[in-house]
Amino acid sequence: MTYKQRIDNRGFDETRPIEAKVGVIPRADGSAYFKIGNTVAFAAVYGPRNLHPKFLQDPTKGILRCNYNMMPFSSSGERVRPGGSRRSKEISLVTVKALLPVLDLQEYPNSVVDVFIELPQTEAGSRCAGICAASMALADAGLLMKDLVAAVSVGRVDDKIVVDLDYNEESYPGVPVADIPIAMMPSSGKVTLLQMDGEVTKEMLMEALEKGKKALMDIYEVQRKALKEKYHGVDE
Amino acid sequence: MMHAQLRSHIIRLLNTDMRLDGRKLTEYRQPITVEYGAIRTAEGSARVKIGETEVLVGIKVEIGEPYPDNPDEGTIIVGAELLPLSNPDFELGPPSIQAVELARVVDRGIRESKAVNFKKLCIKAGEKVWLILIDICPMNDAGNLFDAASLAALAALKDARFPAVENDKIDYKKKTDQKLPLERYPLAITVCKIGDKFIVDPDTEEEKAIDARLTVASTEDGHLCALQKGEDFPLTINEISQMIDIGMEKAKELRKFL
Repeated sequence: MTYKQRIDNRGFDETRPIEAKVGVIPRADGSAYFKIGNTVAFAAVYGPRNLHPKFLQDPTKGILRCNYNMMPFSSSGERVRPGGSRRSKEISLVTVKALLPVLDLQEYPNSVVDVFIELPQTEAGSRCAGICAASMALADAGLLMKDLVAAVSVGRVDDKIVVDLDYNEESYPGVPVADIPIAMMPSSGKVTLLQMDGEVTKEMLMEALEKGKKALMDIYEVQRKALKEKYHGVDE
Repeated sequence: MMHAQLRSHIIRLLNTDMRLDGRKLTEYRQPITVEYGAIRTAEGSARVKIGETEVLVGIKVEIGEPYPDNPDEGTIIVGAELLPLSNPDFELGPPSIQAVELARVVDRGIRESKAVNFKKLCIKAGEKVWLILIDICPMNDAGNLFDAASLAALAALKDARFPAVENDKIDYKKKTDQKLPLERYPLAITVCKIGDKFIVDPDTEEEKAIDARLTVASTEDGHLCALQKGEDFPLTINEISQMIDIGMEKAKELRKFL
């Protein structure tokens, strides 16, 4: 048996519906909202600002800190205990690595740029949604950037490569499944985040990366449009 | 830390019945909005905005054991986290003392008014009861989180529906149309004293200038159900009386947004 039709009738290369907006948190220096399917991410950027304690400071450049957090009511199962888990710590770490390549923090020695990612509602793909929101929030904060970062999860369900796995596909019973979150700088096509869990052949992985790249170009367009939207009505 | 000049400017304005943003002393920011069911993964939720202040409250329900001294009652558990996403002064880490105070003040308003009928949360006396887990998440703190959180918590309780139960286990994917046993509508209003004047709904600047505050929770039938005095300055009995009057009056006004 093969996986012939996606559970929600999407095409195999098709993401769930996406919404994006910037400037959603007035108190932050930059902020964004990114929704893909039923997964919702908010990101707020504070900084560059003074970094305490002092021993963390780097006199040659500013540093980037990210914190990924699921709100207590964001899972369709039991309440998520607040305070961070091993999983959320790891996601925070790979999010920093996914975003750093587009930033130039040379101009901000001894400073920090803080990115707080909050997930009020999740249904698969939350780290990628968080990265999409974070990169938009950094741009909204007016930081010098080489590019945006777009992210999506590509997966394998049985013999098919599918873009933007949803919860039912992540846990599809009885067939081999793999989940491959990818983040990319769209202009250069370089990969800034790659993780995988599950089972794939190298050929399948290469196909996943190619399909992911296509989907990421579409996500990039949504991100750009949201950033431009904020200045709608302002003369170019 | 408050800039002394800004504080004296705020007080000078208040003495002419004006505020920094042009509001009257006991006027809330506008618009005030309540959005029900903002979160699909929660059993109940609400997003409340008062001016630029935005608070999200979500409710999860679980089945647990009752307390030994109340074997036939379920309970509520209120949590709050001052998310660093919502205010540049908030930091990561375990709940701060401010977060604990916020959660406990909202908790007491609901608990002491008997808004939720705990007896109706009993499934099997001494063994199984419903636990109602209410979590407060500020999205943008532009002042007055207390009143926004109290309004959002009540709205989320109103929105909540029990999930289906099969063989004593919750099926979170299946919501029923059964509402929580919500029997009263307690709302907390925080009245703040700056200099000799009383105001409600302080913004970020005004919050730094507050000498004393009194959070007054009352129900729609005019009963007080919780009080909390905060900040460093004392209050006279006469002042407390005036602040309670303002608090109860404003609760009526805010209740209309539910």
